[in-house]
Amino acid sequence: MGEVSLSSEQRVFMTGNETVAWAAIAAKADIMYGYPITPQNEIMHYWTRLMPKYGKKFLQTEDEISAGFTLAGGVISGAKAFTATAGPGNVLMQESASMAEMMRLPAVYIIQQRGGPSTATVIYSQQETTITTFGGNGEGHRIVFSTSTHQELFDYTIKAFNSAWAYRFPTFVLGDGYQAKMREPLTIYDPEQRGINLVKPEPILGIRPNGSKFTHLRNTYNTEEELYKVVMANQAEWEEMAKKVVEWDSRDCEQADVIILTHGVVSRAALGACQQLREQGHKVGYFRPITLRPFPGEQLKAAIKQAKKILIAESSYGQLVKLVENALYGSTVEIVPMLRPGLGITTEEIVDEYNKL
Amino acid sequence: MQELKENMVFQPAMPKSWNEETKPHKFCPGCGHGIILKMLGEAIDELGIQEKMIFGCDIGCSLLAWDFFKVDSVQTHHGRTTPVVTGMKRAHPELICVAYMGDGGGYAIGSQHLFNAAVRNERVTIILCNNCNYGMTGGQMAPTTLPGMKTETTPYGRDVELTGYPTKGSEMVAAVAPEGAYVARGTVANPRQLKGFIKKALQNQIDGNGISFVECLSGCPTNWRTNAKQTWEFIEKEMTAYFKLGELRVPQAKEV
Repeated sequence: MGEVSLSSEQRVFMTGNETVAWAAIAAKADIMYGYPITPQNEIMHYWTRLMPKYGKKFLQTEDEISAGFTLAGGVISGAKAFTATAGPGNVLMQESASMAEMMRLPAVYIIQQRGGPSTATVIYSQQETTITTFGGNGEGHRIVFSTSTHQELFDYTIKAFNSAWAYRFPTFVLGDGYQAKMREPLTIYDPEQRGINLVKPEPILGIRPNGSKFTHLRNTYNTEEELYKVVMANQAEWEEMAKKVVEWDSRDCEQADVIILTHGVVSRAALGACQQLREQGHKVGYFRPITLRPFPGEQLKAAIKQAKKILIAESSYGQLVKLVENALYGSTVEIVPMLRPGLGITTEEIVDEYNKL
Repeated sequence: MQELKENMVFQPAMPKSWNEETKPHKFCPGCGHGIILKMLGEAIDELGIQEKMIFGCDIGCSLLAWDFFKVDSVQTHHGRTTPVVTGMKRAHPELICVAYMGDGGGYAIGSQHLFNAAVRNERVTIILCNNCNYGMTGGQMAPTTLPGMKTETTPYGRDVELTGYPTKGSEMVAAVAPEGAYVARGTVANPRQLKGFIKKALQNQIDGNGISFVECLSGCPTNWRTNAKQTWEFIEKEMTAYFKLGELRVPQAKEV
């Protein structure tokens, strides 16, 4: 294979972590702040190797708290900046994410989920669904893309920078250890050559073109009423943004009796199971939220109109179920959970579970 | 410096970089923050950096400085001002980045950030107010509380057997920072000297030499429950007996 580059569309075979580094280059990110934790390390490894050629910067911090807050400083000064983490690192980064929600900072976080709780495994899970969607002492004013393939890791990392800078909410790409470490083919490209507009970053503080007016940014408020106004204004803007950002994938749901609902890498198994079962004549549909925040609740309601059951498969114990139940409150459809915290889920296992219904 | 107001009343001149709309400031009567921030304001004026800098402040009483200056400012989380200004400086080295914090923010909850910023010689200026306690939360023991000193969490006096000795922050920074660092400790009891330290700390960043750190000994009469005389005695005698004043690290003069 020749040298990898973004000068024209190129078919490549690489790991998910390498894919993310290339996507950040493609998105014209300026700087990465990071702290080592498995399984995301190679994002930093590839980024630092690509740095000289593309004129990028990197800072290895003393911990994930610092990585999150240097990231906040970077975006405040007008740099397109990101970090990557997992597990306990994700826990520590929620402090900065909470500040980013309050101050509307376009910080981009790449999460490669590992097992939990605690240190658990360095390998895989979907147990960071709740913390990534609603971490911090706030209202979940953020965007979370849950990817399932390397092509999506590339596409949605670029989209994450665009969404963050367009709407000024912290934005997460939620991957996992399987996606991080396995290799698969994908096409990398220069988004501008494809006609994708890259939202330009601009300084929130510091030297600005007009220069004259001073800005005072804060996250502390004196009274309940003052805070209420700020949170409600953010909520209104979040809801407005949600309509434009929400994404989902729905297949064969219209006439389905049973809908298999998954997110992230488990969706690959679900897709395979749906295909097999439909070939056998079963009325099975497939629904996958791509954004977990905002959650495609209305779209899901429309998709399940004819369904009698939803089979939810996830590599955590009910974190996706919670999001679905919240969205479907009042619906009488039966939810059948298939909960495998920290375990991978295969097509065969989903088919078996379906056959038990 | 003084200027003549109406009716023959003399009033100290306000630094140009101060934000008049937020004055009088919100610190308690007798608090040292006002003096430190005045010295910082005058240093900003004299160096002419108002338009080129970002001022970051921590949580605790220092957060009350969030709109203190006519300077782009950001109020961050407790202990996290050092990484926030570090992130800015790394992305945009042309900015002059200042972090303002208390002893809790610098030596307790944010100590890992201060230590590692010093080790990496981050080109930022950190100004830390040491008033021997946590003021905003009501006067608990701080890393800098003196041995035997009474606070809300050491009501019978700080027992060094249980809680250790006060943190010597400037000495810590001076010990780990590479060549190019500027480290000093001043006091609100000597504002002229303090301003000199702060100005050098800013200049050291402008020159791109290394980290610049100034600890400022300050008073907290509200939580110390001291009158004016007792407050000054504590700052000038008790505190300086433990926390030595002066410059600890000065970059070597460049050869011409």
